[in-house]
Amino acid sequence: MGDTLENINPKLYKKINEREITVEDEDEDIVDEFDTREIFDLIRNINDPEHPLSLIEIDNKANKVCVKFTPTIPHCSMATLIGLSIRVQLLRVLPPRFKVSVEITPGTHMLEAAVNKQLADKERVAAALENNHLLEVINQCIGIKC
Amino acid sequence: MYIVEMGILELKQTLNGHRGRVWNVCWHPNGTCLASCGEDKTIIIWGQQDPKWVVKTILTEGHTRTIREIAWSPCGNYIASASFDSTTAVWDNKSGQFECNATLEGHENEVKSVSWSCSGQLLATCSRDKSVWIWEVNDDEYECAAVINAHTQDVKKVRWHPNEEVVASTSYDNTVKIFKEDPGDNDWSCIATLSSHTSTVWSLAWNKEGNQIATCSDDQTVKIWQEYKPDNEPGIVTPNNESVWKCVCTITGYHTRTIYDIDWCKTTGLLVTACGDDIIRIFKEDSDSDPHQLSFTMVCSMDTAHTQDVNCVQWHPTIPGQLASASDDGSVKIWFYNE
Repeated sequence: MGDTLENINPKLYKKINEREITVEDEDEDIVDEFDTREIFDLIRNINDPEHPLSLIEIDNKANKVCVKFTPTIPHCSMATLIGLSIRVQLLRVLPPRFKVSVEITPGTHMLEAAVNKQLADKERVAAALENNHLLEVINQCIGIKC
Repeated sequence: MYIVEMGILELKQTLNGHRGRVWNVCWHPNGTCLASCGEDKTIIIWGQQDPKWVVKTILTEGHTRTIREIAWSPCGNYIASASFDSTTAVWDNKSGQFECNATLEGHENEVKSVSWSCSGQLLATCSRDKSVWIWEVNDDEYECAAVINAHTQDVKKVRWHPNEEVVASTSYDNTVKIFKEDPGDNDWSCIATLSSHTSTVWSLAWNKEGNQIATCSDDQTVKIWQEYKPDNEPGIVTPNNESVWKCVCTITGYHTRTIYDIDWCKTTGLLVTACGDDIIRIFKEDSDSDPHQLSFTMVCSMDTAHTQDVNCVQWHPTIPGQLASASDDGSVKIWFYNE
């Protein structure tokens, strides 16, 4: 991350309440499919923009998860890194059958199409994750603050 | 009413040996063995021990990062491997076992694809650095003959013409380009740019004659391009006395995600595609297809061919109907297509 803040006055969102655990959640016999809240919880603590996530679509039958994130400002240079961190986190924690797509919320970034194309190219994502320096930065972003 | 006769894709065997994603498979030119490679940085050579395919050799320590693609030389004595470590290795079995005796360096970053010309005298590589390199082969020495900077983005695939020294490449810049050496000044230059795809073109396949190319893309379509030579019959204008390539068919509406690979069978003329929706599909040209406006029909769709993205498909060079596939699920599969 740079020395100076790119967005000195980010829009702050109210932190969502912790998920309440119900009796059903603890019952091992109940098939518990992934839901949007669960995906949200998996990525909500990724560092930098406080709560960039505005839309999550999940289709358990089709094994699809689509996350649309909103960069804090339309020229945010960290958009690719944030998207990559979301993608990496979901690749690591979800079963491999899921097709994960991460995109910028339409109309919220100047390089939306270019960033989306790069995030969707699994070959370039794979190559990026073999770069130790980049991997370290991503791990720092994903690392949950205690 | 047009009745489509659907064929059956029968799974012959699942080959497990790689750790992690398998990016590519390549049949030996005589079809007796199969090479595969992936993110575990190894090349596995599979051979048949009737009736099963088994691991014959595992090649390691040639690369320090993912091996993206491998290619057998036309003589079958060499394997070239393209790696994310920005090098291409050439393996030979002169000593009785495969050894890496040459490493081609020069690309600035990940090498994505490698291909041998039909004579075996030229090698092409391409990279995320946007360039295509042509290497000359002389007695196990590899010399760079050209660095072609025609694409504006990451180059995904290079494939030589089946019987001429003409090479085609596909790119993240959504185009396909064709390159040829100018006999006057020995310079390699782009002789055609094929534009129509609306996203990354991942792969291509030449037909047997080399006058048609099939391409597949992130835009979820397959396109067939036809070559029109100077003085062609339909009267298509060919400036500079160079062939013109036109898109004569778009196969759309079948694939639901990125199409990562395509292969055109030299014996049956069937097309096979590898898709990010885990499905392997086979297409056949219609018997009443107009040569200037081709039509293809899907004759097979194998759901859950793999449990994750299918990265590569390749028809067997001599046995019609046999094919191999590779997937993110870590497996290689051998299939047989029955019409």
